[in-house]
Amino acid sequence: MGIIDSLRMSLGAWINRIFKKRRAKIGLYGPPNAGKTTLANRIVKDWSGGGSFGTVSAVPHETRRAVRKEGILINANGSSIELDIVDTPGMATKIDFKEFMAFGLSEPEAKKRAKEATEGVIEAIKWLDDLDGVLLVMDATEDPYTQVNVTVIGNMEARGLPLLIVANKTDLPEASPSRIKSAFPQHAMVSISALEGSNIDELYQAIANHFG
Amino acid sequence: MDLISGEKLEKMTSMEKIRLILDKVKTGRIVVLESGLSPDEEVRLIEMTMTEIRVDEFSGIEIESYPVRKEGSFFDRIFGRSIKGRMTVIGPANQLRTIEKDQYQISTKVSIGD
Repeated sequence: MGIIDSLRMSLGAWINRIFKKRRAKIGLYGPPNAGKTTLANRIVKDWSGGGSFGTVSAVPHETRRAVRKEGILINANGSSIELDIVDTPGMATKIDFKEFMAFGLSEPEAKKRAKEATEGVIEAIKWLDDLDGVLLVMDATEDPYTQVNVTVIGNMEARGLPLLIVANKTDLPEASPSRIKSAFPQHAMVSISALEGSNIDELYQAIANHFG
Repeated sequence: MDLISGEKLEKMTSMEKIRLILDKVKTGRIVVLESGLSPDEEVRLIEMTMTEIRVDEFSGIEIESYPVRKEGSFFDRIFGRSIKGRMTVIGPANQLRTIEKDQYQISTKVSIGD
């Protein structure tokens, strides 16, 4: 990234902060199966009265195309923000079709899914250049030190853009949001269950404060 | 396994680093970068890896680095100069497996002859 690009992005971020921009384009990022689409569906259900971003599945890389929904108005404790939300495909450094076959997909289906998943990762990366901030969704039952998490956080820090970590799946007994907090103590984090909606109001408040 | 010095990496462009890493990893080598990659280079490496994945030939990479350390002055941060990469290990996904990782240590297992 050149100095001019860095300067432009940093100035843009500062100007947005100074003038408290109340509209933001935010991306949902994270590894496959962290619950990004479940959360996106929850947000659109709570604030747009219905519809969905996409289907969810136990098979990784269910979302293989980024989906954007515009004009989602979130109100929380007197603050409001209008969001364009981009639900991105799961980021990964490796994609092996054999992993999909373990979930019962036929070989041709698995190979097709793998091909589409690689395209999805590229699409997710391209979107990083066109966002005002990121919700980084982590599976609180998994080790937080994945390279995807490290890379997304490093990129947001380098670009000077706001990042909010969402420790998801707290409905599961093995969830440990504190492990995520201790891994990335410099960033704000909210623990939720996107599936059950627990603590979701705290997330909306944090979104309004963080990206507004 | 190739250990590449920070001095050598400093003299290379981003694209040269990414090409060097992928060429080595695709032939089954493990690469250790003394000074790592910048966050932008890491994401471009992942992007290029995705374009080179081929069924039964190359399923991607395992890459492990430490979280970025934020350092430097206000102006360094504005110009992105404070974001320095840290030691990074990269290998073929079917040969390098991360066992454990935290802020200070990365433990990996390398399979030979896969």
